[in-house]
Amino acid sequence: MSIAEPISEAEVESREDYLWTLNFGPQHPATHTTLRLVLKLDGERVVDATPDIGFLHSGFEKEGEHLDYNQYVTITDRMNYISPVANNVAWHGAVEKLLGIEITPRCKYIRTIVSELARISDHLLSTGAMGLDVGAFTFFLYAFYQREVIYDIFETLSGQRFHPSLTRVGGLAYDFTPLVIEKIRTFIKNFPVTLDDMERLLNRNRIFVDRTKGVGVLTKERVTNRSATGPVARASGVTRDLRKDEPYLAYADFDFQVCCATAGDCFARYYLRMAEMRESLKILTQAIENVPAGPINVGVDERKTLPNKAQVYQTIEGTITHFELVMANRGFEVPTEETYAAIESPNGELGFYVVGDGSNVAYRARCRPPSYIHFALFPELIRGHTLSDVVAVLGSLNIIAAELDR
Amino acid sequence: MTPDNATTFEALKIRCGQMPTSEFRGDTRVVIGQDKLLEAMRLLKGSRGFDLLVDVTCVDYLKYRDAAHRFGLVYLLANTATNERLTVRVYLDEPELAVPTMFPLWSGAEWLEREVYDMFGIEFVGHPDLRRILMPDEFTAFPLRKDYPLQGRGSGTIFKGFREPRPDANALCIVSVRLSFHVDR
Repeated sequence: MSIAEPISEAEVESREDYLWTLNFGPQHPATHTTLRLVLKLDGERVVDATPDIGFLHSGFEKEGEHLDYNQYVTITDRMNYISPVANNVAWHGAVEKLLGIEITPRCKYIRTIVSELARISDHLLSTGAMGLDVGAFTFFLYAFYQREVIYDIFETLSGQRFHPSLTRVGGLAYDFTPLVIEKIRTFIKNFPVTLDDMERLLNRNRIFVDRTKGVGVLTKERVTNRSATGPVARASGVTRDLRKDEPYLAYADFDFQVCCATAGDCFARYYLRMAEMRESLKILTQAIENVPAGPINVGVDERKTLPNKAQVYQTIEGTITHFELVMANRGFEVPTEETYAAIESPNGELGFYVVGDGSNVAYRARCRPPSYIHFALFPELIRGHTLSDVVAVLGSLNIIAAELDR
Repeated sequence: MTPDNATTFEALKIRCGQMPTSEFRGDTRVVIGQDKLLEAMRLLKGSRGFDLLVDVTCVDYLKYRDAAHRFGLVYLLANTATNERLTVRVYLDEPELAVPTMFPLWSGAEWLEREVYDMFGIEFVGHPDLRRILMPDEFTAFPLRKDYPLQGRGSGTIFKGFREPRPDANALCIVSVRLSFHVDR
């Protein structure tokens, strides 16, 4: 029989008989969240993987069409719940662009600081969980101890550990108190020691390096072609970082570098996140000492932001503004337009496409979720690797199912 | 509008004819006809260097004030070398809810287009795997359309092959059968 002879479909099926199918998830300790993979295995080697998602789909975008611009911030908290403040900042960044609001310098600095804290928190989780999945338990505990410190800062700031819902249209719900600043300073002082320890634990760890180097390699061309952004793209040699390329908030004021790796494998993605945390620390150090004085919200007379309770009860302008914004038949002056604004979230470009129709509620609130786009890469990353590499690749992509399914 | 955008518009005009462009708070947007979409996108990807497809989404203008069309597809493009951004919009009306897929140009469109199909029912011709992604396969409605209510329509009306008892004479009988079933257990 010549090699070129075509084979029938039944024959292909019988030749693939020895492959067997394995369901990975939806409930599996290594997926960390609810997602399902159907793996086709040849012994221990993964021939093909089919992601099956949607288990956590709860219609966040539909809800965005029924909650007003301030209320929806609580929903964005629950998208990427690992770094909720970054979502808050992204959402209200887009809304303020639509409404044409220029926020105050102090608000810009505070939003920058909390975004960077969120980035550190997110990177700690993703590297920590990746370490946990490939067997580095101590590393995970070191990471989670520091995450606890960050949660403590958010609790002091907003009263909530997990879902601070910190931003409001035109400002913030809470200002920095001296205690918050002190806690952030303590964190900046103590964190580098832990970071050193963490790097010493894994960077040259034979088991970790063997399990992650050369696994799930992405080339630079593929990465951009598949719309990937953030650490996943930068680990493959893309230098795009919205903090530098399209400076938003106060990022133009700080001296920091965009980290970049060229290998494009799981180890590069881990290494890049570790390096980015150091850059975030640099930004934090500069920002926390230079927070400008002044109000956190745009002026009460502009009728763009909810005044605080003291203003509402004690001044006539505050009362009127509150009334104007809260009453159902009044509210923000929204143009009948649509706009897109994005930030560099810990996971990549997180943007919102907001359509205004003159009412208090967005006509459409589309979220560009980095996890969703990165998870589409998974089948081509895992093809040809072993079953035990599945968790390493999943961990390095940092898939958050709540953001994946929304 | 940046000089880059002006050059892009000029190139589009030469290849595909005059197109309505607009600008809002620094976003430059162009509206492309359904039939010229693939040609225009090839030009944007090929000679204008838009190598990153940031997002594909859709807006249902059913209840929008002064809207002339039912759906507006939105392609957000970015050029990673020059940081130029462009929003490409395509207006669609029933019954012709089909556009060519962008998968051959940007493979990242695969899941983004699947989501638009899932939520709005826009068909992407030539897509390699156009199935529902977030909603279950048996689902029959398109939940992000404006005529779909927030609370949903109930499982009986939107899943294929699932029939709820109709409120007529037989309904009583069915309910009683169900009840007895539960009592027996």
